[in-house]
Amino acid sequence: MSETNERRNFLKGLGLVAVTVGLGRPGLVEAQTAPPPAPAPPAMEMAAPSDTSTAYTYVFFNPVEIAFIEAAVARLIPKDNLGPGALEAGVSYYIDGQLAGWYGEAGRWYWQGPWQQGTPQQGYQLPLKPSEVYRAAIPRINEVTQKQYKADFADLKADQQDKVLTGLEKGDIDLGRLPATTFFAFLLQNTKEGFFADPTYGGNAQMVGWKLIGYPGVQPTYAQIIEQYKTPFTAPPMSIANFTDDPPHSH
Amino acid sequence: MSKKLPSVDAVMVGVGWTGGILAAELTRAGLSVVGLERGQSRDANVEFAFPHIRDELKYGIRFGLMQDVSRDTLTFRNSADQMALPMRQLGSFLLGNGTGGAGAHWNGQTWRWTPYDFEIYSQTVKRYGKGAIDDGMLIQDWGVTYQELEPFFDKFEHTAGIGGTAGNLQGKVQAGGNPFEGPRARAYPNPPMKRSQLGDLFQNATQNLGYHPFPGPSANMTQAYTNPDGQALGACMYCGFCERFGCDYNAKASPNNTVLPTALATGKFEVRHDANVVRVNMDSSKKRAVSVTYVDLITGEEIEQPAEMIFLTSFTFGNVKLLMVSGIGDIYDPVTNKGIVGRNYTYQLSAGAGGTITGKDFKVFAGAGSESVVIDDFNGDHFDHTGLGFLHGGSISASSTGARPIQSNPGGSGWGSAWKKAAAAAYNTSVGIGAQVASLPFRQNHLDLDPTYRDAYGHPLVRMTFDYRGNERKRSQYLAEVNVKILTEMGAKNVAGRSVPEHYTIVPYQSTHNQGGAIMGMDPANSVVNPYMQHHQVSNLFVVGASSFPHNSGFNPTGTVGAVTYRLADAIVKRYIKAPGPLT
Repeated sequence: MSETNERRNFLKGLGLVAVTVGLGRPGLVEAQTAPPPAPAPPAMEMAAPSDTSTAYTYVFFNPVEIAFIEAAVARLIPKDNLGPGALEAGVSYYIDGQLAGWYGEAGRWYWQGPWQQGTPQQGYQLPLKPSEVYRAAIPRINEVTQKQYKADFADLKADQQDKVLTGLEKGDIDLGRLPATTFFAFLLQNTKEGFFADPTYGGNAQMVGWKLIGYPGVQPTYAQIIEQYKTPFTAPPMSIANFTDDPPHSH
Repeated sequence: MSKKLPSVDAVMVGVGWTGGILAAELTRAGLSVVGLERGQSRDANVEFAFPHIRDELKYGIRFGLMQDVSRDTLTFRNSADQMALPMRQLGSFLLGNGTGGAGAHWNGQTWRWTPYDFEIYSQTVKRYGKGAIDDGMLIQDWGVTYQELEPFFDKFEHTAGIGGTAGNLQGKVQAGGNPFEGPRARAYPNPPMKRSQLGDLFQNATQNLGYHPFPGPSANMTQAYTNPDGQALGACMYCGFCERFGCDYNAKASPNNTVLPTALATGKFEVRHDANVVRVNMDSSKKRAVSVTYVDLITGEEIEQPAEMIFLTSFTFGNVKLLMVSGIGDIYDPVTNKGIVGRNYTYQLSAGAGGTITGKDFKVFAGAGSESVVIDDFNGDHFDHTGLGFLHGGSISASSTGARPIQSNPGGSGWGSAWKKAAAAAYNTSVGIGAQVASLPFRQNHLDLDPTYRDAYGHPLVRMTFDYRGNERKRSQYLAEVNVKILTEMGAKNVAGRSVPEHYTIVPYQSTHNQGGAIMGMDPANSVVNPYMQHHQVSNLFVVGASSFPHNSGFNPTGTVGAVTYRLADAIVKRYIKAPGPLT
C-alpha cells in the first residue's frame, strides 16, 4: 500500500515508526473463517533496533480494525495540497490509545440501567461504550462493502470509501442494531480530536493539525500581542513536550 | 451504623465560592468550621502548573476537573409526559468538583445583576400590568434589593480583584462604563482588560448604532493584585486556556487563591476531602438540623458530623438534592402547584450571530475568560417591552476567550479535503458574537427526585424537567436579531443569527448557570429560604448559592452569588452568633 509507505516515511522523518501487526491484509479477508494469521515480523527497513523502543504498537485495534481505521481517518482528513492528513498525523494511534484507556471504557459516564432510547434532547443512551461502538461497527461495515464491492472498506478506492463514509454519516447504510450515524459521529469526533489534541496523545504529529489552521499551541503568554491588531504573531507553534523535562516517548 | 464525630460550630457542604466565603468570614469571627468536599484535594500550585494544564483534550474535552457523573448525575426530560433519562455524560453544563468547585475553572465574568432583577415582579406589574406576565410564569421579588446588596457586591469585587470600568458611581453615570448598572459606592478595584481586535470592532459598531459598550467585568487579574485579605494574585497573560482550566499564572480569582487560604490561615478551618454528604439529619421537632452524614470516599464508611449551623454550599443540584433526600420541606408538584422544593428551576438562554470577516488578524487563539466588550442596552428592563410579547432580555458581547482547536470546531461538521480547506480558512476569519439571555421560571420547569435511577450511594438522582415555555424563545429570537445587526455593522459577511432551538437539549455545552429549586423570598408559601438563604422553618440550616435565585438574569450568576453570600456571612457574624434564630 503506497499510502502506508508514505506514512512510514513521514513518520520516520519524525523519528517515529509504526509497527503494525498482521500486515498481510489480503490474508485477513480469508482469515474470517480461519484463525488469524500470526503477526508478521517487523519489516527490516522500518525496524532498526533503536527505533522499536519508541515505536507505537496498536493496543486496542485488531488487524482488521487497524486496516479500517487507517483507511477511514485518511479519508476524513486526507493528505492533500494543504498538507498531511489524519493518517500521517498519527490519528489512528490516537484513537487506539483513547479506546484502550478510560475513555474507551466510558469511564466517568453514568452506566446504570434501565437502558432505553429517549429523544435526541436526552443524549446518548446506548449501553455501548465507545470502544464497543467501534468493535461493533467495523465488521458490519466490511460486510456491507464485501456485499457491494467484494472487498473490505480498507481495500476500496478512495471515492468508494468516501461513498461509504457518506452513507454512514447520513444513516443510509444499515449496520443492523447499531445506528450508523452514532458510529460515524464517534469516528469523526475522535478523528478531529486526534488531529487537534496536543501531540502527546499520538495524533497531531509535528503539530500538523495546528499548523493547518494557524493555532500556535502552548504559548506562555499573549499579553503583549493581544492589542496589536496589525502585527502578526510569528512564534513557531509549541506543544506541552516543548516545555517539559518528562522523558521523551516518541519524538 | 455511622461513626459520630465531635460537633463543630459550622459545617460547609461543598468547598467552592460560597463555602469558601462563609468559611473565611466565620473563622475570622472565631468559629470552628469544617468543609466537606466530595472531590479530591487539589493543590492549584501543582495541578494547574504550566505546561500540563494547557491540555485541551484532558481538561477542555474530557472535563478533567469536573464532576464524575458515574457516581452522581441527574435525569432529564423536556416535559412530564416523557420518561426522564440519565445524563450519562457531561454536556449542557459542567459541574465542578474538588477544592474550589467550579470556581477553580470558571471564566471569571463577574456581574452585579440589575436592580430590576431583585424586584422583577413588582417592577413588571408597575410598568406593564399583570397581563404582561405569561400564564404559568412564576417570577417573584427576591425580598432583597440591589441597594441592600451593594456593599456585598463591593466586598466580593474586592476579594476577587475584579477589573472593569464603573458605569454609575454614586448615581453619576460614568463614560466608558455600563450606564444601566445600579449605582456603586466605589469603582472596581482593578482597571479593565485589554481589548482584542474583535472587541474593538464590536466597540465601534455598537457605538455607531447608538448603544453603550463597555469592558466586561473580569476576575482575570488585569494587573498584579493583593486583595483586602492579603491574598496576592498575578496578572492575566491572555493565554487562551481559561474556562475548564485552572490558571497557571494564579491570575484568575478562585476560592483556591482567595477565600480558602484566608480561612485556612485562621487555623479554625478544616477541609475534609473525599467526603460526599448524603443526608442532613434533623432533630425530632423537625425545626433544627443537627448533623450531616457523609460517605468517606476512601473507606466507604458513613460518618456523621454534628454542627450548630449547617450550610449547604454545593452547586444548585447538590443543594436541592440534599433537601429532598433528607425530607426537609415538601417537593414541588407542578400539577397541584403544592410543595416548594424544586420550584423555579431556571437555566440560561442564549442567542448570537456568526459571520465572516476577512483581511484582519484576529489572533483568535489569544484571549481570557472575561476578555469581552459588552452592551447592556437589551438586558433587564433597560428597553421598552411594550408589544414585544416577552419580559427581560440579555447582555450582548464580543468575547475573546481563546479559540482552542477542538472545542472551536473550525470548518464545522464536515470532513474530507473540503472541510480541511474550510477549517484552515475559517479559524481566523469566522467571527461570532453572542448574548447571555435571561431564563424566567415556569410552573412546568422544576427539579424533583427520579423514581428509577440512583446514585452510587443508593439515593435517587435529581430529575430535571425543563423546556422553553411560554414566550421564552421570543426573547432569544429578539436578541438574535440585535446580534445580527451588530455583526453586520462590524463588517461581517454571510451573517446568520442564532436563537435557542424548539426544545432545550442536555447534549451540547451551553452554560453552567443553573438556578433555583431552593429559592429565596419573604413568604414561606412561595420560597424555601428567606433573603439571607436561611431556611424558613429550620433556622440553623442555610441553603446558599444560585439555588436560591428565583429566576436567572441575562448575566453570569457568580457576582450575585458572591454578594448574597457575603450578606449572609455578615448577618451571621453580626447578629446570628449572638442570638441564633430567624434573621429578619
